[in-house]
Amino acid sequence: MNFSFDTIWHNLPYLLAAARWTILISVSGMAISLVWGTALCATRLSANPFLRGAAVLYISFFRGVPLLVQLLLFYYALPYVGLDLPAVQAAILATGLCSAAYTAEILRGALQSIPSGQTEAAYALGIPSFSLWRRILVPQAVRIGMPSLVNELILLVKVSSLASVVGIGELTRISQNITGETYRPLEIYITAAVIYFAINWVLSISGRLIEKKLQIG
Amino acid sequence: METELFVRYGPALLYGFGITILCWLAGSIGGVIVGFILACLNRWGPHALSWVIYVYVEIIRGTPFMIQLFILYYGGPYIGLVLSPVQAGITSFVVYGSPYFAEIFRSGFNAIPKGQIEAARCVGMPETRILWRIILPQMLVPITAPLTNFFIILTKETAILSVVTVPELLFQTQTMAAETFTFVEPFLALSLFYWLMVLVTGWIGAKVEQRVTRHLKRA
Repeated sequence: MNFSFDTIWHNLPYLLAAARWTILISVSGMAISLVWGTALCATRLSANPFLRGAAVLYISFFRGVPLLVQLLLFYYALPYVGLDLPAVQAAILATGLCSAAYTAEILRGALQSIPSGQTEAAYALGIPSFSLWRRILVPQAVRIGMPSLVNELILLVKVSSLASVVGIGELTRISQNITGETYRPLEIYITAAVIYFAINWVLSISGRLIEKKLQIG
Repeated sequence: METELFVRYGPALLYGFGITILCWLAGSIGGVIVGFILACLNRWGPHALSWVIYVYVEIIRGTPFMIQLFILYYGGPYIGLVLSPVQAGITSFVVYGSPYFAEIFRSGFNAIPKGQIEAARCVGMPETRILWRIILPQMLVPITAPLTNFFIILTKETAILSVVTVPELLFQTQTMAAETFTFVEPFLALSLFYWLMVLVTGWIGAKVEQRVTRHLKRA
């Protein structure tokens, strides 16, 4: 069979439009993941054993169950307990809540690599604990955790392809639809792969730039 | 909880579990072997080859597993590659996993001090024995944890195979849910099941790590 560049050319606008959904899902997922992950990390490090246990359980569960299963659980099972989410919201929530577990662990690793002497010195100087986090711990943790966080964002872009399963018209789903019309899976899926690759490539390059900017000295 | 459902669909679920384990084991063992060959070629092969491997690693790591699966399963027949769903699942696992494994092995190779390898060459050890006697046993220490990590990731990726109708555990559960209109119990049970599988894999990984690092603990 001949590789049809015509098919690619004709369908490229639709694929690019669909890529916007891919970006929307992964960026919103990342936003939820950062906020919820920070809270989770704080809970994980708290002195209260019940809170800590709950956070450990949460992280273990969300890291231990395939995201596809979580997505199906959110989309198909939640309505039975009275929480009927539209597909896009379910997908964003599932990716965000799952990714938060990983973000929490990344941040925990980063926080624990900051020498504890700094915290002790801050307490000795009477710096309140909010300022300690805001001025001393978080800026350093972000710098240390940055490579892993960019990695996580790239993972989220790839993982957003799972949202096609609940019927969201993102890149993978639209590729499936176009393949159904044109019977040219090779061309369409390879184009989709190239688009995913381009998005991730831009992300990893900007990640490296940000890392450079955050570096001191 | 509707227990009689699980009794009725028990055989199908058990069969799905078997397929999940088959795809996982065959795919990850194949991925480890191909990844190891890639890492060796990258280290000892010609320079041009390491560029090809670099491009391969970047492409596979930059695209979603689902798209790779679609290209192989739906696009394959157009270039004369007709695979059954299970075959496509295992093959795509090998293709998807090998670059990650190759990177893990590469970091392992780099962890061995150069002086040891130079010394081994000086006493006349052949390259293959250097690999087998000096590099591999020491390399196991830094790579066991990332290997376990990736085995766990692959455990969870098996769920994606259901999309190309591989009759694995998630596929059987979806069939059961669609036929009986029960969603909450099957999917919750399935989640717990995957969780258990991941915990067991992590536990085995921790045991292996204890074993390969035992020479470091004796003080």
